Amino acid sequence: MSFHSEAQFKLALDDVRKGFWQPGLWLMLGWQDIRQRFRRSMLGPLWLTLSTGFMLVALGLVYGAIFKMPLQEYFPYLAAGVVAWTLISSLISEGCQTFITSDALIKQIRLPFTTHACRVVWRNTIIFLHNLAIIVVVMLVFKIMPSVGSVLLLAVGLLAVMLNGVWVSLALGLICTRFRDVPPIVGSVLQLVFFVTPIIWHPSLLPGRQRVISFNPFYHFIELLRAPMLNTTPAADSWRAVLAITVVGWVVTFVLLLRARRRITYWL
Amino acid sequence: MASIRLRGVHVEIPIYNTSARSLKKQLVRATTGGRIQSDHGITVVRALNGIDLELNDGDRLGLVGSNGAGKTTLLRVLAGVYEPTRGSITVAGSIMPLLDVAMGIDMDSTGMENIMLRGRLLGIDRRQLLELRDQISEFTELGEYIHMPVRTYSSGMVLRLAFGISTCVTPEIVLMDEYFAVGDAHFMRKAERRLIDVVAKAGIIVFASHSGDLIRRLCNKALWVHAGEARALGSTDEVLAQYAASG
Repeated sequence: MSFHSEAQFKLALDDVRKGFWQPGLWLMLGWQDIRQRFRRSMLGPLWLTLSTGFMLVALGLVYGAIFKMPLQEYFPYLAAGVVAWTLISSLISEGCQTFITSDALIKQIRLPFTTHACRVVWRNTIIFLHNLAIIVVVMLVFKIMPSVGSVLLLAVGLLAVMLNGVWVSLALGLICTRFRDVPPIVGSVLQLVFFVTPIIWHPSLLPGRQRVISFNPFYHFIELLRAPMLNTTPAADSWRAVLAITVVGWVVTFVLLLRARRRITYWL
Repeated sequence: MASIRLRGVHVEIPIYNTSARSLKKQLVRATTGGRIQSDHGITVVRALNGIDLELNDGDRLGLVGSNGAGKTTLLRVLAGVYEPTRGSITVAGSIMPLLDVAMGIDMDSTGMENIMLRGRLLGIDRRQLLELRDQISEFTELGEYIHMPVRTYSSGMVLRLAFGISTCVTPEIVLMDEYFAVGDAHFMRKAERRLIDVVAKAGIIVFASHSGDLIRRLCNKALWVHAGEARALGSTDEVLAQYAASG
């Protein structure tokens, strides 16, 4: 271990590499978070699944009627969208707290910062996997038979979201550790995004305004998860958009790490 | 071979949540603690000010100094937690930080579960921990409590558990903060024996403490840190005498 200011590039690279290649650590920490959060509750993370389920039933009945869409069509769409959004929004909001909540650990032991980011992503992935129970129920009720291809597509989409989740947790975690006003701002933005992104409403309800939708990065991420859950294929445009965001996001995050990684501990 | 080299290590911690300059002035007047300065309107605590240090196998360094002199900060620099804002540090050898009893301890998990949790955080792999588990539980003398949630433990028992996990492997470098030295007399003797064991297997110990007695027993060198600077470095008796004379 050696710290010279010239070595920042190598240190930042090592952080990301070692963070990823020690999955044992973040897998364990992520599970630990789930166990801690739901200790002594009988249903555990399924409590979240249940509450999401109840919210879906309420939203489905009200908005299905407002939009005058048949439940057979609207409800699966809503359920898949909300389950996808729950993962994406919690990755972003908890990403803000990546380092702040791990401050005791960060100040005691040297671990790659990427490990803490992966922990956030893994924890939320576990919750997402529990929430898939909702989708299974919806499929049973509405008699949708998922193809093997859809399951594979969902897995690939999930991996893409997770990979982006890691840079989001690193970048937002870093920024929010330094500027403590950012988490509330992110919170309000997320609320806004929920309403302007096609989650409770269908893109076909916004005729002639397709651009508003295709320029919304959240739409593409949601599509990546939602389409396979509805047994369809995400549009190629969505894949392209997500790929571009992944590359740009990681480059920006790496530059941030290069410039500020060593200061994170000082800001805690 | 374990070694530690520090050259002109500075640690400057920016404090963003104190805007009051009057507070700064008050703090500067205080005799203890690091120097506090203000650059571009941001208050900066100079926790370490150009520390040079060289340690090799067999060195057992005791850190003395008043509260806030920079002992813990120095330990954190050695642990790689704080990267120096200026200067350089080179450490060769595996590091075992015993800075905080509570690190990696989940109060709701059992002692056994915590052995795995804390052990893995300290970089010991899973298979090795599974093998060492019983040995650790024996060392802690917790008996059946090892299968109970840690929240039912007394603080001394948590300490035993934490210490047992941290010293179950032989690290090359042990960094220890003083509150690790607050077990009962029986356990302290046992802990000391184990630490001496660890040092005997060729390693470095850096131990921060207010107790001259403990430092004399455990260390062969001492460093007196004052306001983030190395005031004196030498044999334990010399340095402790100087530190005592300073009042």
